[in-house]
Amino acid sequence: MSRNKKTAAALLMVTILMIVIPVVALKGAAFGGSDDAGSVMAKEIAGVYEPWFTPVLETVIGGEVPGELESLLFCIQTGIGVGVIAFCMGRMVERKKWTDERGGRASIMNKELTDDRCRDHNFSHTG
Amino acid sequence: MNRKERKLVITTTILAVAWGIAPRVNAMHIMEGYLPAGACVAWGVLCLPVVTAGFFTVRRRIRDERKSITLLAMAGAFIFVISSLKIPSVTGSCSHMTGTGLGAILFGPSVVSILGIIVLIFQAVLLAHGGLTSLGANAFSMAIAGPALTWLVYTVCTKCRLRKRVSVFLAAALGDLFTYCVTSVQLALAFPDAEGGAALSAVKFLGVFAPTQLPLAVIEGMLTVLIVIGLEVYAQPELRALEGKCTGEKGEAK
Repeated sequence: MSRNKKTAAALLMVTILMIVIPVVALKGAAFGGSDDAGSVMAKEIAGVYEPWFTPVLETVIGGEVPGELESLLFCIQTGIGVGVIAFCMGRMVERKKWTDERGGRASIMNKELTDDRCRDHNFSHTG
Repeated sequence: MNRKERKLVITTTILAVAWGIAPRVNAMHIMEGYLPAGACVAWGVLCLPVVTAGFFTVRRRIRDERKSITLLAMAGAFIFVISSLKIPSVTGSCSHMTGTGLGAILFGPSVVSILGIIVLIFQAVLLAHGGLTSLGANAFSMAIAGPALTWLVYTVCTKCRLRKRVSVFLAAALGDLFTYCVTSVQLALAFPDAEGGAALSAVKFLGVFAPTQLPLAVIEGMLTVLIVIGLEVYAQPELRALEGKCTGEKGEAK
């Protein structure tokens, strides 16, 4: 395994552990959003606070977005992102393979060429 | 930047400065309808200069440097992925990361402002996450302030000859944390504490966000290093083109 791969594997491991450990360690925690915690705090400080604008989608469908739909939309967001990254990365990986192969062959040919030239040069010198 | 573009950027800057001084801004993702209207507009106007500059830079990049489109797309996609993941944290609540670090390191903060705003609009319209009224404030914290700090930290770290991966990690993690610090301040300005004023409520909001966000900032740093390693291995031509371009542009500006 190359050093890069080792680093990548280690980083992934630590990331996964950091996400899994709180879930396992804090049994029964609600894991609500901290954005919401922010608005709860706002209410605490300001007393009663009515948001003066409701999200567009909630206005359109006339009520809160159901949880399942919300997770669908979040998945779409993740999916778009992952798709683009995977597509670009896949192209680059293939390209590197090709250029490495071609580059390898080209450099061998180059070497032969320069060897020939050197020989010619030497001949002309001696001759 | 040509003259017309520069004019536009300067105009928006003046507008932003004027707005910043004139009204007392009585004011992470701030929820829809949670900021007073004045604050919404003020934060939005503050974003304008950076966004305008970003728009021109992106346009030029796409026109002159076809190679960088791939990296631009990946930086944007990285924000899409990372900011959609809600991650459980040690405090027992969930938060999400920003993902703006990669773009800021590759392209600088102004370009990220465009990418970040695309994501924020997507979330505000479809996900009821953040909001259209708080778009300006959220854009300022997530798409401008955070990336700006990331870029600054990265530049300083590179100057100090720290190893590239260490610099990337520090820059991305601190940028993520800074985003939430700015959000706290924004909320505090909108909801000053009855006794302690805005400063005390800033501390209170930080108390809500910071402990949750700290581990996530570390995770964001690591993920950014991960993708940078990937790019270093497979996207050498693009990275080299980008570096050449950046130094070229700086030379022009001087």
